Amino acid sequence: MTKTYLKASLASVAVLASLASFASAGAETVTLNIESWRNDDLQIWNEKIIPAFEKANPDIHLVFQPTAPTEYNAALNAKLSAGTAGDIITCRPFDASLDLFKKNQLTSLNDLSGIDKNFSEIAKAAWSTDDGKTTFCVPVASVLHGFIYNKDAFDKLKLTPPKTVAEFYQVLDKIKADGTYIPMAMGTKDQWEAATMGYQNIGPTYWKGEEGRKALVAGKEKLTDPEWVKPLQELAKWKDYLGDGYQAQAYPDSQNLFTLGRAAIYPAGSWEISQFKSQADFKMGAFPPPVEKEGDTCYISDHPDLGMGMNAKTAHPDAVKKFLAWLATPDFATIYSNALPGFFSLQSAKIDVKDPLAQEFLSWRGKCKSTIRSTYQILSRGTPNLENETWVATANVINGTQTPEEAAKHLQDGLDSWYKPDQK
Amino acid sequence: MSDIQVARRQRRWHIAVFLLPALIVYTAIMIVPLAQTLNLSLFHNDAQNAVHFVGIENFRTLFVEPRWAAQFWNALRNNFVFFLIHMVVQNPIGIALAALLSIPRLPGRAFYRTAFFVPTMLSFVIVGFAWKLILSPIWGVTPSILGAVHLKWLFAPWLGKESSALITVALISVWQFVGIPMMLIYAALLGIPDEVIEAAEMDGVVGPSQFWKIKLPLILPTIGIVSVLTFVGNFNAFDLIYSAQGALAGPNFSTDILGTFLYRTFFGFQLQLGDHYMGATIATVMFFIILAGVCAYLFLIQKRMRRYQF
Repeated sequence: MTKTYLKASLASVAVLASLASFASAGAETVTLNIESWRNDDLQIWNEKIIPAFEKANPDIHLVFQPTAPTEYNAALNAKLSAGTAGDIITCRPFDASLDLFKKNQLTSLNDLSGIDKNFSEIAKAAWSTDDGKTTFCVPVASVLHGFIYNKDAFDKLKLTPPKTVAEFYQVLDKIKADGTYIPMAMGTKDQWEAATMGYQNIGPTYWKGEEGRKALVAGKEKLTDPEWVKPLQELAKWKDYLGDGYQAQAYPDSQNLFTLGRAAIYPAGSWEISQFKSQADFKMGAFPPPVEKEGDTCYISDHPDLGMGMNAKTAHPDAVKKFLAWLATPDFATIYSNALPGFFSLQSAKIDVKDPLAQEFLSWRGKCKSTIRSTYQILSRGTPNLENETWVATANVINGTQTPEEAAKHLQDGLDSWYKPDQK
Repeated sequence: MSDIQVARRQRRWHIAVFLLPALIVYTAIMIVPLAQTLNLSLFHNDAQNAVHFVGIENFRTLFVEPRWAAQFWNALRNNFVFFLIHMVVQNPIGIALAALLSIPRLPGRAFYRTAFFVPTMLSFVIVGFAWKLILSPIWGVTPSILGAVHLKWLFAPWLGKESSALITVALISVWQFVGIPMMLIYAALLGIPDEVIEAAEMDGVVGPSQFWKIKLPLILPTIGIVSVLTFVGNFNAFDLIYSAQGALAGPNFSTDILGTFLYRTFFGFQLQLGDHYMGATIATVMFFIILAGVCAYLFLIQKRMRRYQF
């Protein structure tokens, strides 16, 4: 009795399943999963980007599946090895993705339409092999560093955005003397704030952007040289202007201190713009990292941050390529840059950005020389990892537990232990 | 004739059959991965991504090569401090709470017992996040409470200072897990037969001296078990540090323990790529440390411990 029932139900399940597969084959809807660390952008993907793509491609259904940023790399590697990763992979810049490509987990996109035409070599550098011949992710966005300030606070204290380093400290001193605001919102608890928002923000001014970075990669300059120690010395001075207990202040704390109007200046990455705009109820402005003397060339960190590539094991390579080709079009760049002001398109074409704060950031591309974060290309390939070491060292310098000179020596020693510039 | 029959009866197949499922599951999810980890620690990949057998070279790197060694010994030292704080703070408090709870006719006993045990059931993520908020110099309730009793000067950003971060994290972990020694010892205390207590009372051993002279010796085996559990738990710890201090176990690696060191090495972190071989090496070392600790307990302490039959 039960056996016949079981058989019957099995049979009906089989029939239903085959029917279902016929049905889906008829509509030919392909579902593609997107792996990403941008969980902040979930809404924008679901409401703006995905509908725009699906409208033009009704046969492809996209699912955006973000992970927490700090867990992304580990989670993605585990999923790729286990064969459970999504079809489309959001690519971290440089070695993390290069490694995936070398392991054949990402595919070459050289034949993708638009990849040659719409992007410059520099834009593709973060997702190309060292010889620049193969590109494996479509460059999507870069982020710029600078300082965002509370315009209402500046007006109240009759301050103007500083241009030189001396002016920068004068402004900070005035805010501190007034006492209404914490001069600068930054903490050292999460460590990367000190390295990314501090060191990589003001550093290029001292090591002269690409010139210094390339010299460091070539081994012609050392982290113990004055132009590399100077930014650390400047960071050491910052501690007097940070809030009480900044040693235990985490990244979200800093963001909240600023958006609640309790701090006047926020050392920023441009990715903050959209979140700040929705949270802060005061006017905001931005200024680039200050230069040493009036009239000096300014340098900004214009860092390729996000690309997208194809999981080599995807079951639907054609659909994925269709999506990636769409990412290389100005249509996408316009939607993306305006939905996420602060993530700037890496396409060669001029994209109109409507957000004034994002425009301000973008205008520095014309005035200042751009560079990428010094620790990202090649130099973080070995152990100890220069980027991670820089997090710790810069946090130590601001906490006052290490002098800038000691920190620089520690970083250079670590780099020397595995990096031989001539064998690159 | 009868001998043969006995031998036949002794071949009890059902025992093997009943053991088989557990054996298969245990082998598949414990023994095989453990053996693979030990095996993996003997290999390494070169620049061309080719994997070679390197013998104990990975262990030499870990113990001797200055950069690795500095990280490893730092993590090991921190782990011992973490363990010592648990032994010195968590277990005595657990015993004291259990002793208090076992007082006959204690009002609200069930409530206290539950309240002390609840944190144990909370997720590490919640504990880490809640304590980060409580201790936050910006939003935290600690500075204002201390301010209310004019002790604001005592406050410091404890989780952010190298000198205090490890102690603070360890105490948070103590707060979370004090319920376990409490429960085990409470059960042991309840298991002491009334006759023994009554005999003690007849001999005039009452109050604190009854605890020290009668009850404590009787619960020593349980305290031993609690210590081993604490040891194993602490040397496998990872979650709380990761959720409160991040994978870099800041500031300046002052809260880095073997678990976080293993995570960073094996899975990689930010720009650091995962190194499965060195990660497996660290996991192997952790395994042997725990094995050594447990063996030391079994052979040196457990053997000498006197047991009382009631």
